Amino acid sequence: MSSTTTTRAEYCVIACADAWRDNGEVLASPMGLIPSIGARLAKRTFAPDLLLTDGEAMLVGLDGAAEGWLPYRRHLTMVTGGRRHVMMGASQLDRFGNQNISCIGDWQQPSRQLLGVRGAPVNTLNNPVSYWVPKHSQRVFVARVDMISGVGYDSAAAAGPSATRYHRIPRVVSDLGVLDFETPERTMRLASVHPGVTAAEVQAATGFPLTRPDEVPYTREPTASELRLIRTVIDPDGLRDREVPPA
Amino acid sequence: MTDKTMTAEEVVSRLHSGMTLGIGGWGSRRKPMALVRALLRSDITDLTVISYGGPDVGLLAAAGRIRKLVAAFATLDSIPLEPHFRAARQRGAFELMEVDEAMFMWGLHAAANRLPFLPVRAGLGSDVMRVNPGLQTVTSPYEDGETFVAMPALRMDAALVHLNRADRLGNGQYLGPDPYFDDLFCEAADRAYLSCERLVDGFAAAAPQTLLVNRHSVTGVVEAPNGAHFTSCVPDYGRDEPFQKLYATTPWPEFAERFLGGDEKTYQSAVQTWHEEQQ
Repeated sequence: MSSTTTTRAEYCVIACADAWRDNGEVLASPMGLIPSIGARLAKRTFAPDLLLTDGEAMLVGLDGAAEGWLPYRRHLTMVTGGRRHVMMGASQLDRFGNQNISCIGDWQQPSRQLLGVRGAPVNTLNNPVSYWVPKHSQRVFVARVDMISGVGYDSAAAAGPSATRYHRIPRVVSDLGVLDFETPERTMRLASVHPGVTAAEVQAATGFPLTRPDEVPYTREPTASELRLIRTVIDPDGLRDREVPPA
Repeated sequence: MTDKTMTAEEVVSRLHSGMTLGIGGWGSRRKPMALVRALLRSDITDLTVISYGGPDVGLLAAAGRIRKLVAAFATLDSIPLEPHFRAARQRGAFELMEVDEAMFMWGLHAAANRLPFLPVRAGLGSDVMRVNPGLQTVTSPYEDGETFVAMPALRMDAALVHLNRADRLGNGQYLGPDPYFDDLFCEAADRAYLSCERLVDGFAAAAPQTLLVNRHSVTGVVEAPNGAHFTSCVPDYGRDEPFQKLYATTPWPEFAERFLGGDEKTYQSAVQTWHEEQQ
């Protein structure tokens, strides 16, 4: 281990990176800074076959050199072909993993218009979708989302086999911990807390009851090599601390 | 061969209120802004706008020209939320058909292929189905028997797109990394108007795959240098970020008065003056 203490942002990076473990030769689509650092860490270490983009129309290696062309129309084919694992943001997220990025309030005349559903409906029905929430709060983790953009487990089940066939939400990473849907009802479960956080704190910041094992494990420690890569190669300027400040 | 060159004003003279208008580009990228500005100078209104929305949607919404919008999002990219689109939605200013970006793409494909719909998996289970009660599903006639959304064709009366180069016949070339869906917009529309950074005599030396739009799907060609401003039109120019920020933070009447009162030339020189003031 490094002599310095692992920061909260670094636990978040590790938890995001692990989302792409054993995914094979798929496109990692990270949205947000910490998922981006996580995807690059995964590719540099345990998931070398991952594909990355430059955020525009090119597939690029870790050095930024182009290795393929992925304009929007081909990107959408990659989504529906399933060779992709995206980590999206969420303005709202409920206990079945329904996600909202469209608007807050009544859809007819929202109190706050956000982005629109974007690609959340197609993503969630076609390739694994994880979520990243930099500020875990009851504003984000709500009992019921206002506009289902990303499809959750209950909504997919209600829509039938065409909806459930490729639907999968592997994990939700927040600044407090890692959540998944490994329960019989496919409801949100607290899988781990980042060191320094208690399960009770996560529950208090969540607007619905979480499934909590008696002993909630801690998010794993980075290896010395992972920590070195994060700090000296991938994010030497420490931008990660701006997205998730030290606890 | 038909010379299809015309001015932006001539394009607008062929449009009318109540039309369904497709606008190419994506977010704040390669939007046919000179044509949109010409549209703003007219009194055309009551439009159904089909767009991967950026400031084209924001400008038309702020000016009260949209009756109905078909979109998956509206964004300025480096500024995630389009302020005028937001404000218009929050006052319930227009009807919205909110679909997913892949559904949108298949709607363009259906229209370009003269099909009433194409089946898509996207949409099932999401509130896109709730807020678009007209969307129907279709069952596969094959062994799988799967159910899909029947995404209706997004057929348009007219489409507006902006490319890097075009010839007088209506062939258009893009030089940036992404074609977006501009060829589909042209093919999905009864008439398409193509503005370009520069008119050229031909494409003898061009990489063939850059020739995105073919003349049979284009009605009119407009030479409009800097015509995507303030959105990006790489490699000719990137997004004008300071100006976009000004657009996003200035009250609409003030912005419209300073920049949209005159013709395109007046707009471009007002932008230049503003930039000089920032030095």
